[in-house]
Amino acid sequence: MVLIIEMVIMGVCVISLFAMLGLVLVLMERKVSAYMQIRLGPNRVGPKGMFQSLADTVKLLVKEGMTPGGADKFLFNLAPFIAMIVAMLLMAPIAFAKDFQMWDLNIGVLYVAAISSISVIAILMAGWASNNKYSLMGAMRSGAQIVSYELSGGLAILTIVVLTGSLQVSDIINAQANGWWIFKGHIPAIIAFVIFLIAVTAETNRAPFDLAEAESELTAGFHTEYSGMKFALFFLAEYVNVFIVCAIGATIFLGGWMPFHIGNWQGFNHLMDYIPSSIWFFGKTFFLIFIIMWFRWTFPRLRIDQLLNLEWKYLLPISMFNILLVTLIAIMGWHF
Amino acid sequence: MFLKNYISEIYQAVSSLLKGMRRTGYYFTHHKEIITQQYPDNKEALVFPERFRGEVVMPHDEKNEHRCTGCTACELACPNGTIKVITKFDITPEGKKKKAIDTLVYHLELCTMCNLCIEACPSDAIKMAQTFEHSVFDRNSLTKILNNPGSKIMEGVE
Repeated sequence: MVLIIEMVIMGVCVISLFAMLGLVLVLMERKVSAYMQIRLGPNRVGPKGMFQSLADTVKLLVKEGMTPGGADKFLFNLAPFIAMIVAMLLMAPIAFAKDFQMWDLNIGVLYVAAISSISVIAILMAGWASNNKYSLMGAMRSGAQIVSYELSGGLAILTIVVLTGSLQVSDIINAQANGWWIFKGHIPAIIAFVIFLIAVTAETNRAPFDLAEAESELTAGFHTEYSGMKFALFFLAEYVNVFIVCAIGATIFLGGWMPFHIGNWQGFNHLMDYIPSSIWFFGKTFFLIFIIMWFRWTFPRLRIDQLLNLEWKYLLPISMFNILLVTLIAIMGWHF
Repeated sequence: MFLKNYISEIYQAVSSLLKGMRRTGYYFTHHKEIITQQYPDNKEALVFPERFRGEVVMPHDEKNEHRCTGCTACELACPNGTIKVITKFDITPEGKKKKAIDTLVYHLELCTMCNLCIEACPSDAIKMAQTFEHSVFDRNSLTKILNNPGSKIMEGVE
């Protein structure tokens, strides 16, 4: 009985976190893009446009969720929920603060890598069931893209697993008590961090890798036929996925909730400990989200062949070489 | 040799991407100059470029005279039938018949502002105006007659 109540509370917490993330991240994206393009961004609803995303949500809620006549109705309506469920499952092993984690399973990182590749099924399902050539093309591109970029993303995560010697999220965080892996792991950790950022940008289907949507070529790719709340679910899933991959990146490379410590500077370290661990976690995560938004509003979209070239000819060989290097470092004990 | 090219390619790619990110990062951190027009708020102070194309108008002078000879060059130049010139024949004092316009009908709803009619006009009778708030409730009011009622052609325009 207690377990069930716990589960329900957890579910409510996750759903409200999703809603908050959707509102905050959409507004953040619009403001960041506006500032990068020397515009003002949303500034009508509320002070400085604060309630713009709230107003958009109300609009999407009252819109009609149309299902096209030629669509496969069951799969068409199922796909947005699969996208959301995948995002929800990925929330489980993330440590939001000190001792604040839903499920600290001993293969946490592997779990994340495995579950995140299910999201392609939602996209393929949406593209196939829409009975629309643009949707199908977008879905197929997304499939090729996610299957390729999983590799280098996984290898980038693996470098830190090699250094830590554990797949458990709490172990990885605890190993960074005396310094984050991006500082402790020398150059290989930095290379892995850059590759990780590129790979997760591609995995979440965001520009410059947004071939699955590609407004200018495929109208909206896999969610062309979606409207109303079903579209909103896809939209929300995209932003929640961005949050999750950034949270994973922050956990693995930047120490999760671990405060910033420098060697033996006792006073400085104590000062840093006064900042709550949740603020450290969310600060790092939003820093990474900002970097991914920065990518989006700077770089032009890649062509499909360029996309696959980048993965198979550059990222994959580099990350393979990198993992050799990091194994050498781990065996010789050269890291701090 | 291959490896050298490979590494230099990566180096060039990373450095050019970083250059782009530095540019947008500069814009992000120096948020003073706004290049967009804050439209409904600055309605009075709106300044348009000289060649902005809002709609086709026919300028008249203070004696209610225009420069249109009724040659229909604009009608022929228009790619989508926006302009229709209805001509009539005036009788000159010498008793000769002379071609002139009765009405010059302009369908704003069809116009793509391509400027071809203005280029085609041999007597500079029409030009592009800078007005742009064209939305109306009735479609019929988008069909405009460009020459004023009772206007006639200017002296000396052939």
